Amino acid sequence: MSVVDRPITAPVHSEVDSYPEHHFLNHSKGFLSWALTLDHKRIGLMYLVGVMSSFALGGMFALMIRIHLWNFKDGWLSNQTYNQVFTLHGAIMVFLFIIPSVPAALGNFLLPVMLGTKDVAFPRLNLSSFYLWVTGLVLFLTALSVTGLDTGWTFYTPYSIETQQGGAVLAATFGVFVLGFSSIFTGLNFIVTINTMRPPGMTWFRMPLFLWAIYATSIIQVLATPVLGITVLLLSAERLLGIGIFDPKLNGDPVTFQHFFWFYSHPAVYIMILPAMGIISELMSVHCHKGIFGYRMIAYSSIAIALFGFLVWGHHMFTSGMADVTTIVFSALTFTVSIPSAIKVFNWLGTMYQGTVSLNTPMLYALAFIFLFTIGGLTGLPLGALSTDMHFHDTYFVVAHFHYVMMGGTLVAFLGGVFHWWPKMTGRMFNDKLGIISAIIVFVGFNLTFLPQFVLGSRGMPRRYATYLPEFQPLHQLSTIGSITLGSGLLLALIVLLMSLVNGKKAPRNPWGGATLEWMCSSPPPHDNFSSAPTVGDPYDFSNIEYDGRVGGYVKRT
Amino acid sequence: MSFFLADKVAPYAWFPEGASSFAPQVDFLFTVILWICIVFFVPIVIAMGYFMWVYRERPGYRGSPEALHNTAIEITWTVVPTIVVVWVFWEGAMGYLDMARIPKGTVDVNVTAKKWQWAFKYENGGEHEVIPVENSSVTELPLLVLPVDRDIKIIMRSDDVLHSFYIPAFRAKRDVVPGRYNYMWFHTTKEGLYDLFCTEYCGDNHSQMNAKVKVVSQEEYKKALEKAIQEPEDPLERGKLLYKRQGCSTCHNAGAEGANGPGPSYNGSWGKPVQLESGSEVAFDENYVRESILNPQAKARKGYGKASPMNSYAGKLKDDQIDALITFIKSLENANSATKK
Repeated sequence: MSVVDRPITAPVHSEVDSYPEHHFLNHSKGFLSWALTLDHKRIGLMYLVGVMSSFALGGMFALMIRIHLWNFKDGWLSNQTYNQVFTLHGAIMVFLFIIPSVPAALGNFLLPVMLGTKDVAFPRLNLSSFYLWVTGLVLFLTALSVTGLDTGWTFYTPYSIETQQGGAVLAATFGVFVLGFSSIFTGLNFIVTINTMRPPGMTWFRMPLFLWAIYATSIIQVLATPVLGITVLLLSAERLLGIGIFDPKLNGDPVTFQHFFWFYSHPAVYIMILPAMGIISELMSVHCHKGIFGYRMIAYSSIAIALFGFLVWGHHMFTSGMADVTTIVFSALTFTVSIPSAIKVFNWLGTMYQGTVSLNTPMLYALAFIFLFTIGGLTGLPLGALSTDMHFHDTYFVVAHFHYVMMGGTLVAFLGGVFHWWPKMTGRMFNDKLGIISAIIVFVGFNLTFLPQFVLGSRGMPRRYATYLPEFQPLHQLSTIGSITLGSGLLLALIVLLMSLVNGKKAPRNPWGGATLEWMCSSPPPHDNFSSAPTVGDPYDFSNIEYDGRVGGYVKRT
Repeated sequence: MSFFLADKVAPYAWFPEGASSFAPQVDFLFTVILWICIVFFVPIVIAMGYFMWVYRERPGYRGSPEALHNTAIEITWTVVPTIVVVWVFWEGAMGYLDMARIPKGTVDVNVTAKKWQWAFKYENGGEHEVIPVENSSVTELPLLVLPVDRDIKIIMRSDDVLHSFYIPAFRAKRDVVPGRYNYMWFHTTKEGLYDLFCTEYCGDNHSQMNAKVKVVSQEEYKKALEKAIQEPEDPLERGKLLYKRQGCSTCHNAGAEGANGPGPSYNGSWGKPVQLESGSEVAFDENYVRESILNPQAKARKGYGKASPMNSYAGKLKDDQIDALITFIKSLENANSATKK
């Protein structure tokens, strides 16, 4: 196999040359060169700053919640404020951070580079999707902060129709509507790009698994997000016009809203986790310096998860009084998703077998992901099984379960991905020792925060409670201590990343030994990524990639 | 299977004590699932730790770069979990059908949920009493009394938004959906005092929308039923009882009791002029109280027009009950008027 990406005019040694003089970051200067850029890499970076800021904001609210819950009563927030804070936490994390995190930030930056193309298929659509995201963000934050939305991120009717924070509900749902379009445009762009712009030699089964995951995600984004748009429009129509679809006072049915809402929001869970799984597939193979175990099974399982994910929304409503047959069918379908997820975990472990495991920052985040995601997945079993779910539904057990999947899964994978591709994006190496320490603190803090919540939920502690029974207090306090530990770990991770921009070593072309195309262009990549379409082979062929001390990175031996 | 799993492993370390016939069933399935999780999780973590150590990057060691693929192993780790989850699904679904199929000959209780109180009505039309609680964010809670060793059917409706009826000790939960009746049932197995929570977010005081469930012997249950239909002769005592039983205390403060908000306090209001949201002024007298109970939004007090809207009590209270409430509010004429909002 031979990989050729060097520009025809460039000298041969540029392949090992580390820091290019001209790259996308200094290609043009000034505010407008960023604000009006069509370069997917710049758009990706702007998204990255945006979603990380959203995460920081959502994280502050998480800490406010945990600190409030230190005492079983008379916490430092009033009931009303507490309700607004958990709404803010959930809504910001879901709509502004986790859904756009991997696809819009990392996906935007990496997808064209991994495909060896200059940009995505529709660069203008890409920029417009970023501005839709910003518009949604402004609408959303205005609604949340000015009038104090208190419906929870799920906007359940009839509470969302009756609540006094009416303006907030309308503005927030409109924000969600706009954010949805941003998500659809990104998905559409990626689907077209992958279908039409793969380079010569990159057949479907020679695509990096990250791209498979992004592709599966994009399908969900394009198919499911319109339903969210319909749902929030109907909700607004109900509030403004009283059309009587969700409001029982007008003969509507509140459970219908739940069906609408989860028809999007459950597939959205896979919008959140699938790209994270894609990141882990890349990280495991690159940092084990070994081809991925069972490539096809991982690729197929991504598609399987995307498809099954559409059929399981009813498990959010097991206690709502749906027909028994419906309830049982949804339970059965729910279990189908567990199989492809389990397959992936086994395949990642299989990849480590007989490999060369580099225990650096991205790899530790990837290993933390496997640990945490496995717990998240397994604790889904008693929630999918109907009789046990009757006990666990809407308790802290559910809270712990989805944090293990969403935060232990997606966030940890996202961090792993950010560390992994940071040298590529910024051209700077971070301090690996401090990065490792951050990964360990995050891992310990995370488990300390959420393991006690499984016990709380088993003992009957309901979720979204501003006050609780005194017997739950010790476990809540343990969880709060954990959350502060977790917060400091995340802060350290951020400091490590920012420090690298100040005093980081210049990054080589291929610092980790990856075989996918992004490692063939310079760090950071030039404006056009590749001057001519590279020829590609197996993205997981590590047999002739070796470490070269002279460049401080990996090079390809031919 | 249940021989060692359910008993020896003591699910009670995790679970609250079980007090319904569903509890052993749910606890058994959960314990089995817990063991399934352990059987999957521990080897995964051991393998991960072992691979991290023996295949770690170090001078002089170079692992294989070749991608592996093993069809037999891949089929195994697809088929085995599939069989396991099919079993878990089946057990869960069968248990659920037990919970969903309501037997005949039940003791029926009507439950009305509203922001933010549970109201229980027994078969003889009697209503629940309210008991004081200590060491809690509330001072008192409604009490649901149930007979032991009987099938209980709960008929639920909501006056406003979604709520959810959850008794952890019974392992039973069902949403209360406005606009329809939802049902649930359970068989009580043990006398005792248990917690009841609202588990569907319903606004400001969601976390205080709790109740206590007392499972008692048949004789005591009979006595409780008799007591439930009685209201005191004395109008003041009757008004006091109604103030708590009808849920006024969840929003209005009276004397030293009740919640501080979102409704105005009764203290020191009687006979004084009332500033209305509309800007006009009316006297706080019998007619004003009566109208405010039957049509709460007609003359909303200044500053409370945007408070969580109170539901009308028309049809829920008889005239002499309203009289009793008026007597009670009158008695607070000189109470400390420190109205907090």
